[in-house]
Amino acid sequence: MKELLWLIPALPLAGALILILAGDKLSRAQAGWVGCGSVGLSAIITLLIGFEFLSSPHPYDQLLWSWMAVEGFHTEFAFHLDALSMVFLFVITFVGTLIHIYSTGFMADDDGFARFFAYLNLFVCAMLILVLADNLLLMYLGWEGVGLCSYLLIGFWYQEEKNGYAARKAFIVTRVGDTSMAIGLFMLFQAFGTLNIQELMTHASQTWQVGAHAAVVIAFLLLGGAVGKSAQLPLQTWLPDAMAGPSPVSALIHAATMVTAGVYLITRTHVIFELAPDAQMAVGIVGAVTLLLAGCSALTQYDLKRVLAYSTISQIGYMFLALGIGAWSAGIFHFMIHAFFKALLFLGAGAVIMLLHHEHDMFKMGGLRKKLPVIYWTFLIGSASLAAIPFVTAGFYSKDQILWLALAGEKGNPVFYAAALGGAFITSVYTFRMVFVTFFGHEHTHVGHDAGRSMTVPLIVLAVLSTIAGFIELPHTFGHVTLFSDFLNPVLPTVALKPELEHLEVLFQAIAAVVALSGVYIAYFFYVKQPDLPTVIKKAVPGLHHIWFTGWGFDALYNTLLVRPFVFLSTLNKNDVVDKVYGGMVTFTQYCNGVLVRTQSGMMRWYVMGIVIGAILMLTLGLML
Amino acid sequence: MMLPLLIVWLMAGGIIAWLIEKVNASLSKWIAFLALAAAFGMTLAWWMQMNTSGGLNVWLMQYDIPWIPDFGIHFHLALDGLSLLMLTLTMFLGLAAVLTSWHEIQYRVGFFYFNILWVLAGITGVFLTMDLFLFYFFWEVMLIPMFFLIIIWGHENRRYAAYKFFIFTQASGLLMLLAIVGLYFVHGIASGTYTFDYFQLLNTHFSPQTGRLLMLGFLAAFIVKLPVVPFHSWLPDAHSEAPTAGSVILAGLLLKTGAYGLIRFVIPLFPAAAAEFAPWGMALGVLGILYGAVLAFAQTDLKRLVAYTSVSHMGFVMLGVFAFNALALQGVVMQMITHGISTGALFILAGSLYERIHTRDINRMGGFWTQVPFMGTIGMVFAMASLGLPGLGNFVAEFLTLLGAWKATHILTILATIGLVAATAYSLRIVQKVFLGRSEQKFTLPDLSFREKMILVPLVVVIVWLGVYPQPVMNTVKEVITLTLNPTDIKPTTPQISDKDIQKGGTHDRK
Repeated sequence: MKELLWLIPALPLAGALILILAGDKLSRAQAGWVGCGSVGLSAIITLLIGFEFLSSPHPYDQLLWSWMAVEGFHTEFAFHLDALSMVFLFVITFVGTLIHIYSTGFMADDDGFARFFAYLNLFVCAMLILVLADNLLLMYLGWEGVGLCSYLLIGFWYQEEKNGYAARKAFIVTRVGDTSMAIGLFMLFQAFGTLNIQELMTHASQTWQVGAHAAVVIAFLLLGGAVGKSAQLPLQTWLPDAMAGPSPVSALIHAATMVTAGVYLITRTHVIFELAPDAQMAVGIVGAVTLLLAGCSALTQYDLKRVLAYSTISQIGYMFLALGIGAWSAGIFHFMIHAFFKALLFLGAGAVIMLLHHEHDMFKMGGLRKKLPVIYWTFLIGSASLAAIPFVTAGFYSKDQILWLALAGEKGNPVFYAAALGGAFITSVYTFRMVFVTFFGHEHTHVGHDAGRSMTVPLIVLAVLSTIAGFIELPHTFGHVTLFSDFLNPVLPTVALKPELEHLEVLFQAIAAVVALSGVYIAYFFYVKQPDLPTVIKKAVPGLHHIWFTGWGFDALYNTLLVRPFVFLSTLNKNDVVDKVYGGMVTFTQYCNGVLVRTQSGMMRWYVMGIVIGAILMLTLGLML
Repeated sequence: MMLPLLIVWLMAGGIIAWLIEKVNASLSKWIAFLALAAAFGMTLAWWMQMNTSGGLNVWLMQYDIPWIPDFGIHFHLALDGLSLLMLTLTMFLGLAAVLTSWHEIQYRVGFFYFNILWVLAGITGVFLTMDLFLFYFFWEVMLIPMFFLIIIWGHENRRYAAYKFFIFTQASGLLMLLAIVGLYFVHGIASGTYTFDYFQLLNTHFSPQTGRLLMLGFLAAFIVKLPVVPFHSWLPDAHSEAPTAGSVILAGLLLKTGAYGLIRFVIPLFPAAAAEFAPWGMALGVLGILYGAVLAFAQTDLKRLVAYTSVSHMGFVMLGVFAFNALALQGVVMQMITHGISTGALFILAGSLYERIHTRDINRMGGFWTQVPFMGTIGMVFAMASLGLPGLGNFVAEFLTLLGAWKATHILTILATIGLVAATAYSLRIVQKVFLGRSEQKFTLPDLSFREKMILVPLVVVIVWLGVYPQPVMNTVKEVITLTLNPTDIKPTTPQISDKDIQKGGTHDRK
């Protein structure tokens, strides 16, 4: 069965090609079938390979063809399947299929129906290559490929100027990170003469000491790539704007899969990060700071999707925090659970926005609980998971693990823990703010009917997953199930606990539970019981509100420091100052020509004068020399 | 015998195309098309032959007869992997250039195709010649028909552009002639045999100072042609004023003769002087990458924009050539081919747009995707190629160049890599301004015709092929590259190197 591995990315690619080449000749139904069918088949193959993998969990390598082989450098189109890529395959194909199915409903009336599925299929293909690649160059291909599809899909409704702007911003900002990653690849190649990931990891652990200079530099460069793709500080600015794309795109690319590519990259190269404690610490710090900053920004947004966008940045911050303390499988676990509930929330939000005729402002929604029961309940389940409501949601188990390890893990410390705990509180507040404002209170915009079945079924499936998926990994104080971490153990090292804290786990779980619930109560108090209070607070501290609302002013900073100077210089020099030099030579020649032409005046007295002066000059020269 | 025949074939085709205009003007383009199709078929056949037979010699074919024996001038042509690739590219883009002119050129049709074929013949000669005097001869043969193409069939400002092109190329070419003659005498005095033969002039001994001066003469011609900032300013004018076919040939092929000259002549003839110059060469390359990109971003004339992207992309050639290692040189050769294809395609698209809306001003364009989705898709592919998206040929080229350059210089490679961000900015700007957004002016555009698809679709196929499976190209030039780095081994009968060490990989650079 494993021999069919290549089909998993090949099928969506075939789907994309069919839709690009013959999209205008297919009916909507046909295009929908091609789009969903290709990803659905990939999901089925993933499942079959997954079963086989569970029974014999050995890594599997598949060589497709040699990409390039030149003196001293060779790299292949080759896939490497292990537990880590298995988890990503599963999430990408399954969540991907659900989102494709949802999109047949969501995009039903759109002119670019076939084009949408073509891009979406291409995206799935690139993402699958990213996680299957056995070498960093092929991973880079997938990495840039998902960037392209993200660009195409953010700007899908291309007639709006601002969508195009958001799309270009996403591409260019992530490309800054990619540049750093590319330099990391050059250095890795120079150090070991290969880009094959397994070989690199072996070489690295054999050659480098912990804290080796090269390892630290390379780890930082890879981190640069990761923060770009995963929208972490300081390259997080593109993600909120990326919400210009259709909601299924936000769900698939900007929540469930592509934005977690950075998490994948760091986990995949964890050997290097473990050899570079400074860089690994930096990963944790980036995560901790990002999760707090983005959480605060999420508190102040009005646009439903922007709340979710900041929330995504913040949740990926948790994953980075987990990686920073060496809790690899906890980070990956949170990735998977986050993919379920955040995709669910985006799809739910998309359905609401569509049914309200493209109204994004949640303060113009309200009272949707009764009108849209399916969306309400599934959205509530997703929100509960995001807010980590204890015991019943998957989000609780994945986040609690990170919280606990941030303190009790070997590389954990109280600062990380405090940030994570504070973030958990903020998360729960903004999440339920969103729920209360959108679904409770008075109805501000009339809405006719509930969404169609193609949209509600994926919501229900994701809601179920957002709940039960947590039970495959339970803390040992509470059930002690370790299916997920056992599965990843052959690939990722486990994290050791500080012995003095080990017995306190129950206490910290209780704290986490209380914090999450109190966040819900605060949201309830401010937005249901005293709905005027937020406005009062906002008026009291307008500066703070503004800075949170605008995402801490990063956009303004980059515009002033980078974008405007670049555009200014470029516009200033539009006509190429170098060309002016050559133009100057021409002008000078013409001037000399003009001067000499004037000597040929046709008047005898000037000529005689010339002869006389010439004769005098020559005589003088002759006498002097 | 086949080698001179190829050149004569093209020249004869040109003359027939010119003469037959008297009978029927549309026959001219058919003659040109058929002549090039046959030539393309021939180069492909040679390539096939090379791959299957393997051969024992780096030089696949040679042709050598005395031309002016008193001065040691021979009509000496030789074909190796590098020339072969360049010839295939020449014929391929030549076909595209002819097809794209099919309806565009209505005035003096016969003479137009005459010039096209003679430019191509000159380029073919440049890629084949192993005699420096003959090389200079073909260098000039390329120039004059191109001058006519610009000045007769160009856009509004064509006279200015044509003279500028002519003066830049001619002046720098004269410096090369001086250097050629200088080398001739230096070699003659030292060894007693006065000859222009490439193989004999290799390994000429001269003082470092002489070597430096002679190299600068050659360098002048090649870096003006390439072009390298600050000698690039003829290029935007020539490219934007030339007719579409002229732009395609200029960007796709003429620039490559500069790159070819660096690899074929500058490094093997003056290894020491070139090594000395290398840091400056790489710095100029990086300057070009960044400077060209910033300028491209500001342009509003579509063809001018694409022209400045060429300045930026040719910076990679400079960087790679002077990095002095096999990886970077492989990247350079890939860049020569992929840039020819991707930029050629962008110029063809610009030409198709111009035929439809009669403007090159991107501020007047926008929102064309709705009307011309096929053209938009192809534009997107080549914009992506231009920003170096993996999976397309240009990425392979730029990545290998940078990977090789990293061994030579860290700072400059980092700067060059930053150029990729700037490339993203200008490439996306093209797509945005032309195809996306809303259309301000009410143009009606028909989508690509069958003929236009026949030009562009093969270009897309090739750029993807080079992106995912560039190995055939790399195998074709690997010996040439090894020899370029070890010029003492270059002989008219160089045996082929065993490719085991290359296939296995892992062995480090033999520099």
